[in-house]
Amino acid sequence: MSEDCRNRAMSQNVSEPATTSSDGTALPVRAAAAVISRDGLQALIDALAADHCVLGPTVRDGAIVYDEIAKLSQLPAGWTDNQDAGRYRLERRADDALFGFAVGPESWKRFLHPPVETLWTARRDNDGFSIEAPSVTRRKFAFIGVRACEIHAMAIQDKVFLAGAYADPGYGSRRRDAFIVAVNCAEAGGTCFCVSMGTGPQAESGFDLALTELHDGSRHDFLVEVGSDEGASLLSRLPQRRADDADLEAAAAVIAQTRSQMGRTLDTDGIKDLLQTNANHPRWDDVAARCLTCGNCTMVCPTCFCTTVEDHSDLAGATAERVRKWDSCFTLDFSYLHGGSVRQSGSARYRQWITHKLASWIDQFGTSGCVGCGRCITWCPVGIDITEEAAAIRAHPTSGGQHGGT
Amino acid sequence: MDRDRRPRLAVWKFASCDGCQLSLLDCEDELLTLAGAVEIANFPEASSAVLEGPYDLSLVEGSITTAHDAERILKVRQQSRHLVTIGACATSGGIQALRNFADVNDFVAAVYASPHYISTLATSTPISAHVTVDYELHGCPINKEQLIELISAFLAGRKPAIAAHSVCIECKQRGTVCVMVQGQPCLGPVTHAGCGAICPAYRRGCYGCYGPMETPNMAALGREWRTLGASPRDIRRALQTFNAAAEPFRKESEAHAD
Ligand code: SF4
Ligand code: SF4
Ligand code: SF4
Repeated sequence: MSEDCRNRAMSQNVSEPATTSSDGTALPVRAAAAVISRDGLQALIDALAADHCVLGPTVRDGAIVYDEIAKLSQLPAGWTDNQDAGRYRLERRADDALFGFAVGPESWKRFLHPPVETLWTARRDNDGFSIEAPSVTRRKFAFIGVRACEIHAMAIQDKVFLAGAYADPGYGSRRRDAFIVAVNCAEAGGTCFCVSMGTGPQAESGFDLALTELHDGSRHDFLVEVGSDEGASLLSRLPQRRADDADLEAAAAVIAQTRSQMGRTLDTDGIKDLLQTNANHPRWDDVAARCLTCGNCTMVCPTCFCTTVEDHSDLAGATAERVRKWDSCFTLDFSYLHGGSVRQSGSARYRQWITHKLASWIDQFGTSGCVGCGRCITWCPVGIDITEEAAAIRAHPTSGGQHGGT
Repeated sequence: MDRDRRPRLAVWKFASCDGCQLSLLDCEDELLTLAGAVEIANFPEASSAVLEGPYDLSLVEGSITTAHDAERILKVRQQSRHLVTIGACATSGGIQALRNFADVNDFVAAVYASPHYISTLATSTPISAHVTVDYELHGCPINKEQLIELISAFLAGRKPAIAAHSVCIECKQRGTVCVMVQGQPCLGPVTHAGCGAICPAYRRGCYGCYGPMETPNMAALGREWRTLGASPRDIRRALQTFNAAAEPFRKESEAHAD
């Protein structure tokens, strides 16, 4: 990432992000849909680039990742991703679709809630010491190609970082400033299950503009829906035509098709009680025999938010800093209370992760912590599948117990 | 510790290549500050002026491979308030622990023209097998930033901010796409973080230079390597390198006979 796309100082006051209200419903701005061509999409990127750091999907290291883009040619035209448990391969498509893939290894979390963030620096001076906020600056983010599940993931992280008395100012400013161009999925991945989680494949709110790629032998353009005033004003500056019924029908058909292609399903019926009353189920030991406790699932999950803070001081004892880093419930340090870690076994750690994600998250934040993006399944090096583990507990929910061992 | 007195630092070498203690000399930007913050009392690689013990902090590089060294480490421990082992040799026995899997006399006969001059133990063992160790800094070689962090933490009387989790978390921190999920066997999920996940960033699987992570599930990794097409020999050789004698690596490597 270029320097000006990195984090900036976190001194701003923060309000709720503009595109989603606190209860997750869409703001009422909804103009009629338009159609833009690929040139129109380039014009959109150009317009955003004037005062944003524009990020979108691009091919790097054999995967479709989110990175800085300036030109349409950097989008993964003609590429798709073949995903299964513990498996990801980039493959050629028969066509040159720009968004003909599902989601990649990492979500937008990387930008809104960066993996490493300096919180403050302290310097010794004559009067003791002074504390400084980090002095980094960056431009606003514009995200191109945000999927419905990812918008839901952002709304979930908003509850974590912005609700209540102790809002996170850095996250708040990055989130509030971000311009979101959603893309309705035209291709479900092998590990996707947004339909089960009620989070996709159509972006219904929480965006500035939403695209649906309309691509068959005779055409290649995009239906554009508007989700915010800022989106409407940007769209008005692009070459476009008004969408007609045929365009709307074509877009609806794309989404219906994707909806029917889900790689996975998860039965969420009564899942909170199911997991919370099966703390001693034998399946936890079964999964622990396979789980590497590597933490990949939590790192790639777009809703996992846990961090640790590290304090550093220098050799001279002149400066100190506090750094926040992504942490994982799969590390021993994560549950370290004085004298030792509460969750010693792999069973306790996997159980903690899935039970928090699918059950206690509901107690804590009022929604599931899972949006069905499938990343934890694909990017688990041994292919442990959250849908399969939940189904295994459901198949024999006999052992009971709300409190398990460490 | 007496606050008006600079802590006294000693650096010791046992069976090793010197690479880890050279990381200290490699800390060019910090070296002068370090020399101001501690009294470098015994560091033959840097200065021939060797001061008597006791020492506040001893950094110990290398493994125990001779009867003489097995005696010497006891004396080092006696003179050291805090003893920190640095590097794979000191923490797990190093590459020279490959002798633990064979007959050392065969190696001696193959390498030396006059084997009868060589007096060595049958095994290479980590320092912790001989004396109490206060902290272990892993790696082959160690990461110099971690070394500075360790010494800074020692000076401030705080815990070093050095993680014991997998290399995978470092891959994710730097935004590396997982090579294992793309089909390449990698030791990262069972390997202790610290290098910053260098090899996967260059599209190679992790070689395990930092030894086992805090809770390595070796059997699960071994199974996945087989699924990805690695032979038992591949697995054995991948685990029998710089940290061959680290218990989880040793045990899993020996579970993969041809
Ligand atoms: S738990 Fe897995 S499927 Fe659910 S949101 Fe997280 S990464 Fe995606
Ligand atoms: S479930 Fe998979 S990704 Fe998560 S910690 Fe276990 S092995 Fe790693
Ligand atoms: S490349 Fe290796 S170390 Fe990195 S995430 Fe994948 S398995 Fe872990």
